[in-house]
Amino acid sequence: MQIKSLEELRKIKEDYKDKVKLRSQNEEAGDHTEILVGMATCGISSGARETFQAFVEELSKEKMDDTKVITVGCVGYCHSEPTVQVIIKGQKPVLYGNVKKERVHEIIEKHIKGGQPVERLILSTDFETI
Amino acid sequence: MGNNVSGFKIIYRKEVRIMTKPQTISVTAPAEEEFPKEKYDELEQFIDGMETTKGALIEILHKAQGIFGYLPRDVQLFIARKLGIPGAEVFGVVSFYSYFTTKPRGKHTISVCMGTACYVRGADKILEKMKEKLGIESNEITEDGLFTLKDVRCIGACGLAPVVMVDDKVFGRVKVEEVDDILNQYRK
Amino acid sequence: MEKMRMNVLICSGTGCMASESEKVIKNLEAIIKARGFANEVEVVKTGCFGFCEQGPIVKIEPDNVFYVRVGPKDAKEIVDEHIVKGRRVERLLYKDPKENKPISRQEDMQFYKKQLRVALRNCGFINPEDIYEYIAAGGYEALGKALLEMTRDEVIEEIKASGLRGRGGGGFPTGLKWEITKKQESEVKFIICNADEGDPGAFMDRSILEGDPHSVIEAMAIGAYAIGADKGIIYIRAEYPLAISRLTTALKQAREAGLLGKRIFDTDFNFDIDIKYGAGAFVCGEETALINSCEGKRGEPNYKPPYPAQEGYWGHPTCVNNVETFANIPVIITKGAQWFASIGTEKSKGTKVFALAGKINNVGLVEVPMGVTLREIIYGIGGGIQGGRKFKAIQTGGPSGGVLTEKDLDAQIDYDSLLAVGSMMGSGGMIVMDETDNMVDIAKFYLEFTMDESCGRCTPCRIGTKRMYELLNKITSKKGTMADIDALKQLAYMIKDGSLCGLGQTAPNPVISTMKHFWNEYMDIIKDVDHPQGEGRYVPKNKIGMKS
Repeated sequence: MQIKSLEELRKIKEDYKDKVKLRSQNEEAGDHTEILVGMATCGISSGARETFQAFVEELSKEKMDDTKVITVGCVGYCHSEPTVQVIIKGQKPVLYGNVKKERVHEIIEKHIKGGQPVERLILSTDFETI
Repeated sequence: MGNNVSGFKIIYRKEVRIMTKPQTISVTAPAEEEFPKEKYDELEQFIDGMETTKGALIEILHKAQGIFGYLPRDVQLFIARKLGIPGAEVFGVVSFYSYFTTKPRGKHTISVCMGTACYVRGADKILEKMKEKLGIESNEITEDGLFTLKDVRCIGACGLAPVVMVDDKVFGRVKVEEVDDILNQYRK
Repeated sequence: MEKMRMNVLICSGTGCMASESEKVIKNLEAIIKARGFANEVEVVKTGCFGFCEQGPIVKIEPDNVFYVRVGPKDAKEIVDEHIVKGRRVERLLYKDPKENKPISRQEDMQFYKKQLRVALRNCGFINPEDIYEYIAAGGYEALGKALLEMTRDEVIEEIKASGLRGRGGGGFPTGLKWEITKKQESEVKFIICNADEGDPGAFMDRSILEGDPHSVIEAMAIGAYAIGADKGIIYIRAEYPLAISRLTTALKQAREAGLLGKRIFDTDFNFDIDIKYGAGAFVCGEETALINSCEGKRGEPNYKPPYPAQEGYWGHPTCVNNVETFANIPVIITKGAQWFASIGTEKSKGTKVFALAGKINNVGLVEVPMGVTLREIIYGIGGGIQGGRKFKAIQTGGPSGGVLTEKDLDAQIDYDSLLAVGSMMGSGGMIVMDETDNMVDIAKFYLEFTMDESCGRCTPCRIGTKRMYELLNKITSKKGTMADIDALKQLAYMIKDGSLCGLGQTAPNPVISTMKHFWNEYMDIIKDVDHPQGEGRYVPKNKIGMKS
């Protein structure tokens, strides 16, 4: 679809806002759970693709269709790649570091199903976005 | 004298430099053919498919290297004739950029990252060990044709420094002792 | 010692001392004593809070209230209002430059969050392959605003007023570059995005292109509108396949959405972007070399003037900006120049992305407001030196910059302060070195890089760097003499003065700065140290161009 005016642009923004609103650092509502996997060069070379694949496989095996896995760019924490953000409705987003594919199961079981973040993998974020 | 050797006025072919359309003349593949004709055809098709070849030399060379794996003299001359420019001009560009290579590559390309981050974490020692184990210098190919060794500038995985890349696979935080293990994975 | 009810922490770092914190301390102590609180309230001198620009800083514990720019006269009010009556002194609170509302808690202050992400705002939060996610995050609104609500001059004025300077390293004011290009009379103009990130150890541009490619496309369209171009080129390294593929997807989506192509936003403005691939040449980061390479030629720099803004791509006026510079543009248009100018220091506005690497705990990308100190980055965000070893030096500006040592760690990070201490901003690579690194080897490493990357066009750089490298090789293999050191020095200055482009002019910097800071390490491996001052017996045969 062609965007020809600011009104049309803003309409698209409204329609899609819920999709990214969830990811701002506050506890806004959303209707599903999202898993953002950092897939820039550094992430991929540390195994982000395998991690991504593991999430997709395990989620489909468990038939958790309301949980989406999304590719995003680099958050800058190269020291702890691959990085994964888990965003659950009504909760603060959680950033995990060093998520090798072996750790995917634990995150799905404990955090996404059980609601208990896996503390030892959490990275603290020290930045603010505009 | 000068421009007027033996009565003929030398006309500098300025139009050669502003040639914008691929040449319509037929260009034959080189006599000493190392590559199948299909490869040259593929390259020729790519060039013919371009709207304009003005300023497109680097793009064409990228394509050619993708097709042939490297840029031997024959391929360079083929491109030069196709574009109607001197072979020296093509060679000038090929030799200027480090991404282009005029030597064939081994089955596997080993790239040792020599970016600053890797260097301060000991990439030079890894490279030395590689050279010793393979018995070649950088940008050379092993006798069995299995490996090409390259030192590259920063592949952007600084968090994993020092980094070695074999084809597309990245080995991070490599230790000198691990060099053998890495090579053996590809030596079966 | 008695347990105090309250602590008044006051910064006595150099910055705050310079702005009268000593007097504030005296006054506070005197007034507290006079009010009879001496047994309950203690005034504590602390080290630097790292917020020198707003000094002197006073912090009240346990209330966790933070006062800035406290003058000697303010002491009375702080004691009487806060300590006696428990009310905060509103006028001394730090005001958030973005929202202009007072903030009292240190944790809430933008500065102490340390990182502020402007250029990296969407990286890691949106799917780079989905244009709608970019739009949902406010994308392409700046382009709409520029095209529909602003004239070309207004766009340029806005960028000029924001104080944005080129993030590729040079620091040339972006608005001014646009204005110069706009003023050229020409039917055809070009806008080029320099994504040839050649500095080893810097990868911020790649991260932006991989994580948020649309922000660059949007900004290029805004720039093209401002200068009057209808064609853009992104010149990107072929070594970045993922960035290339994400960019290609983004361009396709933008075209489908009508945000590139004919009659954008139903105005007369037409614009489209092509991708050109680099092929591995560091010198192509220089704009005239980059333009030559875009034209399919050897990427050798040209003599300036004419500048690309006058005669660039195929002889037409051309504006070349860096990826990170572009990434800042949409935000400036939507949030306004004033907002942008409120971040950073007087002459360097906004934020800068750095690629932090080397012997540091938290290797990664950081984006900080201009004006923070190196110490903040290394020990704050970076988490200190690996393995608890001692910090030795930090190289900024890649192979063109210089090393900075412990004594420069409190220098503010901005274009001018870094130049003043003998390095440069560069594109944003920061390599941290610890006590185990040998600085002569580091200098040799950088020189090897520039020697390899010298394009060969001008003699001082082509031959000079080679000779310098040979000398360094001789020195590091412990065969060097004082004469070699002298020759090295002279060559360094000769190359600096005699080279055509920035690559050559800055090539000797790592040698010059390591010699300045780590002279001893050179001396340790020199054979005949009879002339410890470096004034050796070597008498140059040819004095042309000599300066040492």
